[in-house]
Amino acid sequence: MKAFAELYLRLDGTTSSNAKLLALREYFSQAPAQDAAWAVYFLAGGRPRQLVPTRLLRELAIELSGLPDWLFEESYQSVGDLAETISLLLPDSAHASDQGLAEWIEQHLLPLRGQPQEEVRARLPVLWAQLDRQSLMLCLKLITGSFRVGVSKLLVTRALAQLADLDAKRVAQRMVGYTDLSHKPSPASYLKLIAAESADEHSQRGGQPYPFFLAHALQAPTEQFDALLGPVSDWQAEWKWDGIRAQVVKREGQLWIWSRGEELVTDRFPELHSLASSLPDGTVLDGEILVWKPGASSEDVAVQPFALLQQRLGRKTLGKKLLGDAPVVLQAYDLLEWQDHDWRSRPQHERRAQLERVVAEYPQAPLLLSPLLTGDSWADLAEQREQSRNLGVEGLMLKQRDALYGVGRTKDMGQWWKWKIDPFSVDAVLIYAQRGHGRRASLYSDYTFAVWDAPAGTPGRALVPFAKAYSGLSDEEMRKVDAIVRKTTVETFGPVRSVTPTLVFELGFEGIALSKRHKSGIAVRFPRMLRWRLDKPVEEADDLATLQALLS
Amino acid sequence: MDLVIARPEGLYCPPGDFYIDPWRPVDRAVITHGHGDHSRSGNNHYLTAAPGAGILRSRLGQHINLQTLPYGGRLEHHGVSLSFHPAGHVLGSAQVRLEYQGEVWVASGDYKVEPDGTCAPFEPVRCHTFITESTFGLPIYRWPPQAVIFAEINQWWRANREQGKASVLVCYAFGKAQRILYGLDASIGPILVHGAVEPLNRVYREAGVALPETHYAGDFARNDPLLREALIMAPPSAGGSSWMKRFGEYSDAFASGWMRLRGTRRRRGVDRGFVLSDHADWPGLLWAIAQTGAERVMVTHGSVNVLVRYLSEQGLDARAFVTEYGEEDDTREVQP
Repeated sequence: MKAFAELYLRLDGTTSSNAKLLALREYFSQAPAQDAAWAVYFLAGGRPRQLVPTRLLRELAIELSGLPDWLFEESYQSVGDLAETISLLLPDSAHASDQGLAEWIEQHLLPLRGQPQEEVRARLPVLWAQLDRQSLMLCLKLITGSFRVGVSKLLVTRALAQLADLDAKRVAQRMVGYTDLSHKPSPASYLKLIAAESADEHSQRGGQPYPFFLAHALQAPTEQFDALLGPVSDWQAEWKWDGIRAQVVKREGQLWIWSRGEELVTDRFPELHSLASSLPDGTVLDGEILVWKPGASSEDVAVQPFALLQQRLGRKTLGKKLLGDAPVVLQAYDLLEWQDHDWRSRPQHERRAQLERVVAEYPQAPLLLSPLLTGDSWADLAEQREQSRNLGVEGLMLKQRDALYGVGRTKDMGQWWKWKIDPFSVDAVLIYAQRGHGRRASLYSDYTFAVWDAPAGTPGRALVPFAKAYSGLSDEEMRKVDAIVRKTTVETFGPVRSVTPTLVFELGFEGIALSKRHKSGIAVRFPRMLRWRLDKPVEEADDLATLQALLS
Repeated sequence: MDLVIARPEGLYCPPGDFYIDPWRPVDRAVITHGHGDHSRSGNNHYLTAAPGAGILRSRLGQHINLQTLPYGGRLEHHGVSLSFHPAGHVLGSAQVRLEYQGEVWVASGDYKVEPDGTCAPFEPVRCHTFITESTFGLPIYRWPPQAVIFAEINQWWRANREQGKASVLVCYAFGKAQRILYGLDASIGPILVHGAVEPLNRVYREAGVALPETHYAGDFARNDPLLREALIMAPPSAGGSSWMKRFGEYSDAFASGWMRLRGTRRRRGVDRGFVLSDHADWPGLLWAIAQTGAERVMVTHGSVNVLVRYLSEQGLDARAFVTEYGEEDDTREVQP
């Protein structure tokens, strides 16, 4: 635990990728395989399900620290992270456990799940007392599932590749699925990651998908596209769907569906299970899972808003009604494996041509071919992009015709761009503020925004909240808003302050839908602050009618 | 009778007709210490503890009308007996003890309870009413012993030096910088300071505080190999500025009590945060308050509401004083 805590401290203490790589290499070169196995798991974003209810952690921490509840709460509001708060409030420990990460996880922490409350109450203080403060904070972060440190999966992959003298893409391939809940890290699974290349690597991968190739955002004006991207004929254009990116893997008579987060989601999409019998073994498709309007005619916009897909994901069980109301399809747009061969190093246009043949040869109702858009010029495509909102898509994807299928956000093997339409935007008024977490701890950085419920000049009109947002401001702006919030506070309810409305922000969001859960009757997706409208008085902020107009 | 009340100009002593650390110009100002938010210019008369005279003059000008009093010495003014007692915060910092008709009040300004060798250590003073700051008035703020922190700083400097990197340590120029200089292992390498730090070092040295040799950072050329072995002390205003570019590849750190929280350190964007404060931590505040024996506590700048509520629950008569302190030094990083 101590060695991992030291690694955490080193990673947390620098912004340099090289310094992080060095720290990772040094850690992995010394860690026993069983500890390294868990370290990879956590660093690559793996999170076991919550081990102990948060409420119980709080109660226990309050008890052990001897503080009144309200003071614990005040402290938590300042720190912005429960694990860190508890580690700061518990009495200092004179001990520092020498047990390794794996031992801690497997012998002490994982067994806590499902234990009766009394048992957890008895065990935790004994465990905590064995840890120095840094290890304690880490242990608590592992318990609460809030372990995060500025390391990407790609960086962990690179560190392991350097250590084992392997190609980073090979390690990335082996890492796929490593953080899935179904996989329990072990010395064997770690040693597999760094093992020397073997001849039967390909046949040993079971249901594993390939690392996803990700697109970069394109934000330049269309006039610059010729200079930036070259002729339009070098590119393949498609709609950018707003669903769940997924790989469908068919091997050895079985079907696996993986989400972009490399989670196995096969069970969530029974509609696609028929592909198990239709697709030949040794096939991997890349595409987007979308809710498709049942019985839609060709004139209808068949793709349904992401909100519906999200509702489905939220359900524990998928009932008949839900499956009938919100059935899914796969819009396939890439072919990564065919007849057991890895196709990723073939050019985009070749993969596409083969994909078209596969979809035609093995037709299955839920398998669709994501259409290509044709345009003579960038301006032509830009014009087609204007229809995006009406068609329920987010814009266009541009894929280099000779691009290979890269790993993550690489650019050296060919490029994919997402060319999204501009977000919706309205001018809204800040009415509530709450202190943030992590870097924003102690700062009033999470805001609730409102619009007017009636047009300007209507007597007695009021502000109705419709969105919360916390991103988009610079640190400097955030500090200023924080100061204004403190000065204009009207009332404090727990961690939330209501303020005299004085601040107007242009809020951007991706989608808008009717909602019964919000006072305004409207829910927006990915709201964020686009800019601070210092020039706008509160009276000139938008009203509900503006939002309702966007709904159609 | 209240010996100190809050007025728009500052904390005021009605029977004595003078102010303590006023934030607007007044006739008579009693100054607890030389940080900018406690000692402002424009007052007609200044009174401060003798060891703080050098600081005050160097910050407010040689010409100010300044009277001093040694720690423990007494001065009678309109029937109020006034004396200064060490606050352990920075060089010359003092608590102001006021006695009038048998009633004793102590205004403590800013204070720290751990002795650090660069100023007279905090001295508890018995009183009926104690005026306390609350900068770090939350139980999450508990300082590790300073020896631990100095060992961390030395280790960081040594490791940077081994990697051929300069070590830039950002901290407040007055108080914190000298305390760190005093605690550092100067045998590791040369120590360079920003132009804002050196004048204060001079005052400390003149007051008899043994600080290691320091060099003015501006005297070194951009590529001087010495820079890669050096520890450079800079004020927060220089952090991340073009002034820093001259050091080539460097590691930076910030020394402040706020570094106790991961979020504040990350917001600073520095490689390392060293938990070192010239204010009392939570146990320090509670200890100091208990030592005074005061039944009434007036809480100023910081986590005012928290401390007032906590002390009230402990059976003390605790109230808030609204002040304008905490605008400078490290009292205003975040307002919890």
